[in-house]
Amino acid sequence: MKAGTLSKALKSGAIWGFIVLELIFFSIAGEYLSLSDKAFMDWENMLLLLKQSAPIGIIAMGMTIVMINGNIDLSVGATYAIAAIVLLESMTWPIFAGLGDMVIPVAWLLALLVGTFLGALNGLIVWKTGVDAFIVTLGSMLGFRGIVFMFNGENPTSHLNWTLVDFAEAEFLGLATASWFLLAVTLVIWFVMTKTVHGRNAYAIGDNRDAAVNAGIRVGPHIMINFAIIGFLAALSAVVFYSESGSVNPNDGQLYELWVITAVVLGGTKITGGAGSVIGTFGGVIAIQLLRKGLGHIGADTSTVNLVIGLILIVVLILDRQLNVKGKEELKV
Amino acid sequence: MATLTKQQIGTVLAKQGILIAFAVFMVAFTLANPKFISIDNLFSVVRSSAILGVMALGVTFVVISGNLDLSVGSMMSFSTIVVLDLHDKIGPALAIPAMFAMTLCLGAFIGFLVGYLRLNSLIVTLGMLSAIHGLTLTYSGGQNMDIADKEGTWFSVFGQGSALGIPVPILIFVALAAFLGIMLAKTPFGRKVYAVGGNGTAATFSGIRRARTVFACYIISAFCVATAGLIQASRSLGSQNTVGQGLELEVLAAVILGGASLLGGSGAIFKTVIGVLILGFIQNGLLLIGLQFYVQFVVTWVIIILAVWLDIAAKRGKLWSPIA
Amino acid sequence: MTDPVLHLDDIVKTFPGVRALDGVSFSVMPGEVHALMGENGAGKSTLMKVLGGIYQPDGGSIHVGKERVTMAGPLEAKAKGIVFIHQELSLAEELSVAENIYLGELPRKSFGRVDWHRLAEQTNLILQKLNVGFDATTRVGDLSIANQQMVEIARALTVDAKAVIFDEPTASLTDAEKVVLFDVISDLQKEGVGIIYISHRMEEIFKITDRISILRDGQYQGTVNTAETHEEAVTQMMIGRKLDLSRNETHHELGDVALEVRGLSCGKLYEDISFEVRRGEVVGFYGLVGAGRTEIAETLFGLRDPSAGQILLDGEEVRITSPNDAIARGISLVPEDRKGQGLVLGMNCRDNMTLPQVQDLTSGPFVAEGAEVAIFDQYRDRLDIRTPGWKQLVGNLSGGNQQKIVIGKWLSMHPNVLIVDEPTRGIDVGSKSEIHKLLRELAAQGYAVMVISSEMPEVLHVADRIVAMYSGRIMRTFTSEEVTEDSLIQAISGLGGHEAA
Repeated sequence: MKAGTLSKALKSGAIWGFIVLELIFFSIAGEYLSLSDKAFMDWENMLLLLKQSAPIGIIAMGMTIVMINGNIDLSVGATYAIAAIVLLESMTWPIFAGLGDMVIPVAWLLALLVGTFLGALNGLIVWKTGVDAFIVTLGSMLGFRGIVFMFNGENPTSHLNWTLVDFAEAEFLGLATASWFLLAVTLVIWFVMTKTVHGRNAYAIGDNRDAAVNAGIRVGPHIMINFAIIGFLAALSAVVFYSESGSVNPNDGQLYELWVITAVVLGGTKITGGAGSVIGTFGGVIAIQLLRKGLGHIGADTSTVNLVIGLILIVVLILDRQLNVKGKEELKV
Repeated sequence: MATLTKQQIGTVLAKQGILIAFAVFMVAFTLANPKFISIDNLFSVVRSSAILGVMALGVTFVVISGNLDLSVGSMMSFSTIVVLDLHDKIGPALAIPAMFAMTLCLGAFIGFLVGYLRLNSLIVTLGMLSAIHGLTLTYSGGQNMDIADKEGTWFSVFGQGSALGIPVPILIFVALAAFLGIMLAKTPFGRKVYAVGGNGTAATFSGIRRARTVFACYIISAFCVATAGLIQASRSLGSQNTVGQGLELEVLAAVILGGASLLGGSGAIFKTVIGVLILGFIQNGLLLIGLQFYVQFVVTWVIIILAVWLDIAAKRGKLWSPIA
Repeated sequence: MTDPVLHLDDIVKTFPGVRALDGVSFSVMPGEVHALMGENGAGKSTLMKVLGGIYQPDGGSIHVGKERVTMAGPLEAKAKGIVFIHQELSLAEELSVAENIYLGELPRKSFGRVDWHRLAEQTNLILQKLNVGFDATTRVGDLSIANQQMVEIARALTVDAKAVIFDEPTASLTDAEKVVLFDVISDLQKEGVGIIYISHRMEEIFKITDRISILRDGQYQGTVNTAETHEEAVTQMMIGRKLDLSRNETHHELGDVALEVRGLSCGKLYEDISFEVRRGEVVGFYGLVGAGRTEIAETLFGLRDPSAGQILLDGEEVRITSPNDAIARGISLVPEDRKGQGLVLGMNCRDNMTLPQVQDLTSGPFVAEGAEVAIFDQYRDRLDIRTPGWKQLVGNLSGGNQQKIVIGKWLSMHPNVLIVDEPTRGIDVGSKSEIHKLLRELAAQGYAVMVISSEMPEVLHVADRIVAMYSGRIMRTFTSEEVTEDSLIQAISGLGGHEAA
């Protein structure tokens, strides 16, 4: 074993260690503090956890690509809300009235297309104007949210389609539909990032953009494709979630970007790009959901969850900084 | 020379594009609704922009020093809730300094993380956005906060009072803008802020204590946030605990519109004030010509991207990015 | 006669206000190593960017073989058989060696998958040829700088290259690694590949190249056969006059010891360094890049913590903890990287110059702008800085004027010890000699001056004594009377006999 392998293994395994720690903590603390008699590490409970992780998790996979690529997307929450509204609205449109239940795939497709388009639009602006992705998506975060409100003001948009609800609530081999989607997306994105040329190029661009340009990789279209992917996944996440709930508030998806970025950073993706892993992000997503559920289990409310998540994000940054200190003789700049 | 080349026109457009666009906006709105340009309306725009504006002043320091602050929105909720709560418990005279002290502690914490520990400010303040939000909810127990005796408190003067016919929020905004503007433009500290943001390494090589400078910027930002929270609390005398949610984006939008680069080293207080006013007038104008409130978000989106794009384009001398 | 593999004809490239390339023509024959030489700013890198399709020429033509081509980008250049080995490493550290070598053209299977098997096979074949001690799956970030350079070189071997351009390939290589590189070059040569070799190192040029083409100020100066020329003639073509290797012969009256260093070490960066600098004296530090000279300067300026040893200022032991501290103790450092460390490019000239003392230049709470302008004017006149006015942004000045701003900034602090690191890197000949003259004058006025330089003429020219460093250690100290070029080169290559400093 070469030197440094151990510390690297520690680093990549840290998120799983953290998950184990959470499980132990909440199981033990739950014995004393929990309001319910149910054990925390209950199988049912864990399956539910996986299902509840899906909305954030699906988007986080897209964010992993975008961040490895050296960019960031703050507009995912708003894209998520737009896709949800398109999904529910379009099912009531008169032109689709004759379709019966066939309206479902049409609505799905429409929602996914809109999400992909919005993502690609962000990507196109980043590519063509050269404005930093942070600013571009900060702007579209506002803009997309404005579009959401223009649909129906402050009122929720609702439409329940029972066939759809049945599908969304169905379980296959013990796993809910949403869980399957999360696992499938994780698998596909993992495949893209580790096995395909596109994925490897994403790492190269995030790591050293000039080198990638010099090697003739077409960085602009590449970036745009990744933004389209995250747009698609934000829409997919909405489609999966709102098929079941059937009602969307114009404020839905707010702060999702925060949760998603937290999950990705917890999972070990470098903020400046070039390094990170889909499996790590999956761990990050699970860790966050565990924390939310666990804190709920021991009787803490949502406010504590926000507080804890924010502080954990900062602690991870501090640890990361400390692990990367090169030694005393380093230049003090 | 009488004739300008196409390139020169392009440069002028790119450099002054945002002001030209703003002028066109103003004229168009005035034509659509003459009330737009009335004194009353102008006053109301400035007054409604004051809270946003005060926060933007502090964020300007942070951005010029090369960092970001996304936590100002939730920090503002925090200070509003705290001062309202303490108002009834210890009285306004003590509540105000106590609230300022607590908010400054939050600012110091962020400043320590970003300045001394050199953590990425985007992620730190994103985390603090969530953490402070949680803190506020915990503090308020999830309840809205209201002052018991809304009629009999002098506390309302900061948000509702006026002096010499000018509303106090405007006075506070103008005074703070003048003070911080001079501090940034004329004092050694201001010079250091520009140097640290422009090239942190070179600043260190010139003997400037980078960490201390960044720390001070976050303190200033927290001070501005506390002031904004004070105005907000005093204006409404009661508040939801999410009152500042999303404001961090509008604040950043105003600072960017004012032409500060997110890379640091450029920007100015008076430019930020212009950015704040542009946002305010556009929101107001859109409402006056009868558009939905939410259209302003979309318009702001377009304006932010256009503003930054033109700025970059002017610097690189090309409209489109050279990336293949 | 065979046809050239690559022929450039009358290439012109202009930027606003500058004619960067003015009618440059030369040809590379198959199996030839063709050196391209010129001073910094002579247009070499612009020419290479034109060749690589990063810039489009404003005139002239490029021919690969018999075909006239226009290069749309680096990938197209590579497809046409023109391969670049960049001086600045352009590697993605997190990726494997194989992925870096085939960056931009990873072998594909169905569904856009990477063909890892083929990739590893091809890569290992190339690595064998290069005889390096790592394999295709190693992460590039884990390699030493020299091995990273080898990865860069391996890139040239992935395609059926017609011409390979090496841009300063030996800058960070050890002697053993150089031998491998030269073997690679001679292999390529045997296969009929044409090689363009860009380097400043004369001994390498004369060892491996067949012909030399020279650029000066964007203009083509001619091509000579290496066998029929000598260093002096080439230098003369490069700088337009004879290289001045004259030594400093005058000495000023020496004062007290201003700075003394005893047994200073900083981890592995440098070890057991001892020397002293007197007032009125210029001490030159000469050595290769990475010999530890800059790190010593940074330690003296409070930017690194030494792991052992003492620093004495005016005979008193001090601990310097920060640049702020160093400045207060009268030490000034003109850093190596002008744009990265020396200047805030987006600030105006005056503000840059007064930056270290802005805290003290106040009237009331405000910066005393009048005093600032006075300081700027004083040093503008003294150093002959050419700028339209103090409001000019430093980023818009030429390299020489920028460097003078940095020097002025530190002179205005009236230091006891002035350290200058690579004071004339990348600036024109005229400014160079002005700065040399200035350094001598400063010593005459009683400053203690440390000059770190990688250019032999420079240290010979300005220094009263020369400290030769190799690999973190002082090898020998020469006085300007006893130094010879050969002994100096031997000392900095680690060959010279040890002599206590």
